[in-house]
Order: sequence, then C-alpha cells, then structure tokens
Amino acid sequence: MSNAQPPQASFWNDTGRSGIAAWIFSTDHKRIGLLYLYSTFGFFLTGVLLGLLLRIELIAPGRTIVGPQTYNALFTVHGVVMIFLFILPSFPGAFGNLVMPIQVGARDVAFPRLNLLSWWLYIIGAVIVLVSLFTGGGAPDTGWTFYVPFSARTGTNVSLAVFGVFIIGFSAILTGLNFITTIHRLRAPGMTWDRLPLFTWSLYATAWVQVLATPILAITLVLVMAERLLGTGLFDPARGGDPLMYQHLFWIYSHPAVYIMILPAMGVISDIIPVFSRKPIFGYKMIAFSSLAIAAAGSLVWGHHMFTSGMSDTAVLVFSFLTFIVAIPSAIKVFNWVSTLYRGSISLEAPMLFALSFILLFSIGGLSGLILGAAATDVHVHDTHFVVGHFHYVMFGGSGFAFFAAMHYWLPKFYGRRYAEKPALLAWALMFTGFNLLYFTMQVLGMKGMPRRYYDYLPEFASLNLLATVGSWILAAGLVIMLVNLFRGLRGGVPFEGNPWGGATLEWSVATPPPTENFEEEPLVTHGPYDFEGMGKP
Amino acid sequence: MNEHHIISYRKLTGIWLVLLLLTALTVAITRVELGGYKVLAALTIACAKAGLVIAFFMHMKYEGRLLRWLLFLALLTLAIFIGLTFFDVLYR
Repeated sequence: MSNAQPPQASFWNDTGRSGIAAWIFSTDHKRIGLLYLYSTFGFFLTGVLLGLLLRIELIAPGRTIVGPQTYNALFTVHGVVMIFLFILPSFPGAFGNLVMPIQVGARDVAFPRLNLLSWWLYIIGAVIVLVSLFTGGGAPDTGWTFYVPFSARTGTNVSLAVFGVFIIGFSAILTGLNFITTIHRLRAPGMTWDRLPLFTWSLYATAWVQVLATPILAITLVLVMAERLLGTGLFDPARGGDPLMYQHLFWIYSHPAVYIMILPAMGVISDIIPVFSRKPIFGYKMIAFSSLAIAAAGSLVWGHHMFTSGMSDTAVLVFSFLTFIVAIPSAIKVFNWVSTLYRGSISLEAPMLFALSFILLFSIGGLSGLILGAAATDVHVHDTHFVVGHFHYVMFGGSGFAFFAAMHYWLPKFYGRRYAEKPALLAWALMFTGFNLLYFTMQVLGMKGMPRRYYDYLPEFASLNLLATVGSWILAAGLVIMLVNLFRGLRGGVPFEGNPWGGATLEWSVATPPPTENFEEEPLVTHGPYDFEGMGKP
Repeated sequence: MNEHHIISYRKLTGIWLVLLLLTALTVAITRVELGGYKVLAALTIACAKAGLVIAFFMHMKYEGRLLRWLLFLALLTLAIFIGLTFFDVLYR
C-alpha cells in the first residue's frame, strides 16, 4: 500500500499461514470468496473457449472443425462447466462470501469452517468432472441435462461426470445453510429485516432454493448412476420404468436452479442502481418480497421444459399457468429498477452500464421466456436455437452481466485499487454489441426453424450463423479487454479509497481493503441500505 | 428446552395399534378397484402413518413452534413436488 496504512491490517496481510496455505486453509469469508471467484471464473473462461469453438463449427454448413461426436461432447461440457462449475456456485460463493457478511454487520459467516469445506467440496467435484472428460469412454455427449434413456446407454463417461456434479451439490447445500444461518443470527444491532441490503435479501431467497432443491438433483443423479451401473430400470419402460420421470426429477431441481443463478444477479442490480442514481431504491419491500416470490413460484414451474415430451395435457395447462405467475415478481423488479432511475442523478460508470444493460437483456430474455412458457408457441420453437438464445439472454445477459457489474463495483473495495474507466467502458460497449449480435441472431434462427444440438444445418441458415459467429468474436474481444483492464487495475491501478460512489450499505463503511474481521467494533446500524442522506459524493 | 416429555406406554401402544390398523387398511385397499386413485389412497394412508410417527414417536408434537414449522415446510415442499408431478402421471 502506497498510502497511509489503515488503522487495522487488511485481510490481505493478516495471515497465520504462508504461501498458498494462507488461502486454501483460510476460514476468512473474504479469502474464501476470492478463492471462489478465481476458481469459478477460471471455469467460466474454459466455458467461453468451448462456446467459441461451437460457434466456429457453426460458421458454415457442414463439417468445419469438428465432427458430430466431438460437437456433442463440446456443447455438453460447455453446458456442464458453465452451469454447474460457474454460474451456480459463483454468485453465492464469490460475491455472497465477499460481501454478505459485511453487509449484515458480521465478522464472518455463521460457520466459517463449513464455508471452507464448501469450497473444498466444490473443487473436488470440479476435479472429478474434469477427470471424467478424459477417462472412461470420453467426455459426456448427452447435453448438460443428462436425459435418459440416452444417458443410461451412451458409452461416454456419464457416471463419473454426474458423480462430480453430485458432490458440487453438497457444496451448494452447505453454502445455503451457512447463509441462512448468518442472515438470521449474525445481523448487527439495528440491522432489521427492512434494513437488509437487497443483495443480501436475494442471497437469502437463493439460499432457501439451494437447501430445498439441490437434494433432488443429488438423488436424481444417483438414480442415473444406478441405472447405468446396476441396471435398475427405473426409467426404462420395458421394465416398468418411466423416462419422463427422469425429466420431472431433473427439472424439479434444475428449474429452481435457474433462480439460484438469476436471483443474486438481481440483488447486485438492486444494490448498484440506487448508488449510481443517487436515489433511494423505489419499492424496497416489494423487491425484497419479489425475491422470495420468485424463489417460491419458480420452484413450481419445472414442467414447462417438458411440453413436447409427451406429458399429459392437464399438466401442460397447469405448468403453463404457473410459469406465467413467475413473470409477475420478475416484472415488479424491472419496473422498480426503472422507477429508481426516474429523475435520479444518473452517473454512467462501468458498474452502472453493466447494470443497465442487465435490465434490457434480462427483459428480452424474460419476455422470450414467456413465448416458451406458453404451450401453444413453445411447440413451434422447442429445441430450436430460439431456446438457446433465450437462456443465454437470461443467464449471460442477466447473470453474466450482473457478475461483471459486481466485479467492477465490489472488487476495487477488496483490492484497494481500481481499474481504468475508459477501457472498462470500451469493454462494455464491445461485449454489449457482440452479445446482441450473437444471441439475438440465434433467436431469429430459432424462429426460422434451426434446431439446436446439431453440428450441421441447412444452407439457408448460413448467413445468419456467420453473423452470430462474428458476434461471438466481438463479445470475446470485449471480455479480454475487460479482464486485462481489471487485472492491471486491481494489481497496480490508482488507490481506491473510502467510498467514492457514496454507497450506504455497510461494506462501504469499513476500511479499504476490509480488515480480517471486518469491523473494529460491532457496528450499530441507524439507517437503511439506500439512505444516501449525508453519504453524498463531494 | 431440555425437558424430556414422557409419553405413557398406554399411549405409545395405542399409536402402535393405529399404525397396524392403517397397515391392514393399505393391504385391504389394494383389493378395491380405484384406478389412478389407488396411488393417492396409498399415499394418504402412508402420510397419516408418517404423521403419527413424527408427532408421537419422534416427539414433534411437543417441540417448539420453529422446529415444527421447519419440518412442515420441508414436507410441504416435498408434497407439492410429488403433487404437481402427479398432474402428469394421473392424466397422461
């Protein structure tokens, strides 16, 4: 540190151990948060590379760089890595750990050792998934959903891959338990439920989904393993089983899992927008409530993945109706963010630009979700590139952009140095342009009838596919600029001190970087999280 | 919190007998033709039995409100998941 030392040593130089042991055996929530950040982001970059390869294969009809079997493995591993190794653990693991305990005014999470165990379980699971790609029959080729009967019959290494995901599931359950307990028991005096920052609220809702839904995934994956290794016949109609039962079980978890991915992202946006609008959040209680409503209602809609699978018409009706209900709390959030912006004093810095593009991209993703949620239209676009475009709008344009927003918003606080603003804006502009070029084109392709999960397509789709692939390169270029800028800035940028954006949540009241146990003395909370009175920028 | 509630042998035996009765009912009901509802009937009886075991043998009836609510929440979640799945299986 070039400037005056903070009154207490920061968590960076306060170590009991040396070298890598100071990190991988640390129970400090901030160190664990950074461990998660680097490990999950490493997998994100792996997933990006696989995605770029997929796009290169699709740049022209016919075989370009890989054949059908490799293509199947590529999109499966892309999905498994992005979903199970990046988005699901990254928000609670990285930013939940870094920020949430400070936001509630605690010294650490409720169970710091359990927290470390969660990270270890995640790493062990991730290593098993990676090993599965290169051993046995090779990388799984089932798609990330592991649908039976194919997943029970394929010769690729599905058993080991699902075992890795099974272990990662335990990591998620333990993190969820830890966060629920922390938010219930470790709030500082004065930190009432209606003063809880909305990021923490969203993590709270997420944690319940993690605890209640993840065990179902674990059981389902065990059943797939049993099917493969013991030949139980649970999903085999010839022996009295039901292949649709697998899809039910899988989506009972995996649809709520979508909300594990998007809810904390919405929390990040709810924290960033008021700070950069210099205005209290509009409709605090409704945003907090809508997080819980999304978590609850989102757990009841899994059947909309199965409209064309041969499910009964009654069930299609019920699930279609329930799906539309989820749109209500989601829309509440979007309208409240926009109302917060109204007549605010908006400053368009990097975190805010990512947050604003989140609103647009998530809205496009959400509305295209309604096209899929309505059974009549879903029949036409099911299993086309429209679906791929839709969930990338929600998961990448939503969660991904919110993750980048959180990186630009919170990482300077934890590193004590900041990135350069102009390259950050350039990176944002490139990513936003490339993103829309890539995924909007995909949605158009889907509407025109191009199916997903094929390495080849009819010549009439060629020009749009070329456009999408070019979009993926622009997106990747923006990503590289963003990473280089963040890396250089957080290493050797200008010092980041105090509270330059005037945030009113507790993490902005502690020293930069925060001390090991966050607070010198237990804070007394006297104002709400978006009460900017007296916290203004000079 | 640490006080142990003692349930009399008479009561425990009574509940055991009810459980046996319900088991007999489960067997008996298989002889009635209920079509798709046979699963519903069997599950209802099984739930009643599980409820008795949880309430008395596992002492949940004498636990604090928070614990009861937490258990109720978990069971309700499970019931909803199974229930919604049955919309498919029952009407397919």
